[in-house]
Amino acid sequence: MSEPIAFSAATEAKIAELLGRYPRKQGALIPTLYLAQDEFGWLKPEVLQLVADRLELTLSAVLATAMFYTMLHKKPVGRFHVQICTNISCYLLGSDALMEIAQQALGIAPGESTPDGVFTLESVQCLCACDRAPTLQINKEDHFKVTPSELKALLETLKTEGVKLGPPVGWLAEQHHAHAAHA
Amino acid sequence: MSTKPTAYTPHPMEKRVLLRDHLGVDFTRLENYIAHGGFKMWTKAQEMGRDAVLAEVKASGLRGRGGAGFPTGMKWSFLPKDERPRYLVVNADEGEPGTFKDRYFLELDPFRQLEGILIAAYTINAHVSYIYIRGEYWNSKAVTEDAIAQLYKAGWLGKNIQGSGFDLDVYMQTGAGAYICGEETALIESIEGKPGMPRLKPPFPANIGVFGMPTIVNNTETLSAVPVILEMGGEAWAALGTPKNGGTKLVGVAGHVKTPGLFEVPMGASMRDVIYTLGGGITDDREILAIIPGGSSCPFLKGDEIDVAMDFDGLKPVGSMLGTACITVMAEGLTDLLGVMQRVTAFYQHESCGQCTPCRQGTGWLKAIADKMDAGLGEDEHIDLLISACTQIEGNTICAHGEAAAWPIRSIATKFRPQLEAAIRQRATAHGYVAKPAA
Ligand SMILES: Cc1cc2nc3c(=O)[nH]c(=O)nc-3n(C[C@H](O)[C@H](O)[C@H](O)COP(=O)(O)O)c2cc1C
Ligand code: SF4
Ligand code: FES
Repeated sequence: MSEPIAFSAATEAKIAELLGRYPRKQGALIPTLYLAQDEFGWLKPEVLQLVADRLELTLSAVLATAMFYTMLHKKPVGRFHVQICTNISCYLLGSDALMEIAQQALGIAPGESTPDGVFTLESVQCLCACDRAPTLQINKEDHFKVTPSELKALLETLKTEGVKLGPPVGWLAEQHHAHAAHA
Repeated sequence: MSTKPTAYTPHPMEKRVLLRDHLGVDFTRLENYIAHGGFKMWTKAQEMGRDAVLAEVKASGLRGRGGAGFPTGMKWSFLPKDERPRYLVVNADEGEPGTFKDRYFLELDPFRQLEGILIAAYTINAHVSYIYIRGEYWNSKAVTEDAIAQLYKAGWLGKNIQGSGFDLDVYMQTGAGAYICGEETALIESIEGKPGMPRLKPPFPANIGVFGMPTIVNNTETLSAVPVILEMGGEAWAALGTPKNGGTKLVGVAGHVKTPGLFEVPMGASMRDVIYTLGGGITDDREILAIIPGGSSCPFLKGDEIDVAMDFDGLKPVGSMLGTACITVMAEGLTDLLGVMQRVTAFYQHESCGQCTPCRQGTGWLKAIADKMDAGLGEDEHIDLLISACTQIEGNTICAHGEAAAWPIRSIATKFRPQLEAAIRQRATAHGYVAKPAA
């Protein structure tokens, strides 16, 4: 059904280094899953199997861990992963308004991705920068004391960038599979 | 952080022996850390020897800054005297809603924690340490990895550190978005590559911890205090605070205050002063409706319950606890308490690992009831149902997540009943239902 996959040489080297850090191979599992999702976009079944083979673990052990953690992606994530903190301090200082703006600007609800694969929108638990609320995170970058107009402008900039960059790795293949499955 | 640090003067009410962002120095560079006296305490620890360091930490009265306040020196001395390898695990999984203190060390002063790790690892004779950093803390993870790399390069980590004969490897370990991994045994499971499900205690980590070996788990702020304790001496540190609560404490103020931020005060400082002086007072000079003293796992307080000492014992009279000492202030007229309660229930429900029925089901019930109230379908009796659910969770679970979920809700349901009842009616009307008249 799908082509065989393998880690790049760079990722292989990192996994080898990781394995040296723990007395048991499973210790390297979570960091390896991060590396795998960086490389393949998300943790599709073939990727989980690849990780299991590489670390000599059962698929069920890998699956149990992958399923437990929200930051290990079991479905594709857009190029820009917008996560708005909706916990107490951010809620007190306007996170509902930010979420509303993001939903309107992107045309999706929390938990959804835009069909072009550019954005995924989610709420996130307290980012622990409450003294600078309201906060949000886009991919690996924090944004603090975000105002509605700043968020609007930011999303417009990212939209333009997203058109240039196109969908993230793994996105189109997944859309293709989803369509094939429905057909 | 990418912004250049700038110098400023902290408020005289503060006592800064840990915080030093006001100096305007980039402490993420090893040369700057060393130029400001860094690693002198590592050398001193070598001269003192293990037993003397442990005695000093005990004398300081340092209590764990992760929230539970367990005496650090005592914890270290619980390690069994056998030949098994030991581990030092650093809890940098900061995730308690309302908290923002460990982030400071991780992003702005990473070597202070690393020197603390070196001293602690030497004292307990551990040769491997994992720093478990919250997954979402990308900047902290990058700064810490870079700091670790600088230390290896300069011979401050690895084999025979600075000719001392002591070996230590430190690894940055990343979390992956599970709050429960802040609980020390869940954190240990997570380092082992497993789902973050807390373990039944005993055995305690000091005997059977990560990879089945004796393990000490300490919070980032706890370890960052260790070099300072050696520098000033345990007794001098203890004298900074109140009896049984030595030293200073990082405190945060957030929510409806004029100057939110992170500060450092002697243990036992007045919570009112922290809110009104350091936090600058309440937005629009309003009254306080409610506060959370140290993260959302702590019972909420009313506005007239803030005349308390901020230490591990000072909040008992008002039925709460210091927690992480990062305060969330909710002002009268600006706060929808039902909305807040709904967020709190959703958080603990989402973050329950699901092992214990009272926590898994109970947090689900709390959320379901709060959601129902929020949707305009609440009735006053639902408040009693909340209290009943809390009673059935508390004390019946493997880890303290159960209490963390139940205590804040119980406090809202008991202390803020009139506000909740009013909110129930307001929601019903807003959603077009006919609200039951007040009983
Ligand atoms: C649900 C839950 C979450 C916790 N989260 C954290 C955390 O994020 N950081 C932390 O240091 N301790 C956390 N703790 C406390 C740890 O279990 C443990 O007490 C602490 O890491 C010990 O270090 P200390 O003695 O230096 O405080 C949590 C506990 C529970 C029950
Ligand atoms: S109390 Fe909750 S979080 Fe803790 S072990 Fe039980 S189910 Fe898991
Ligand atoms: S509530 Fe949003 S950062 Fe803490």
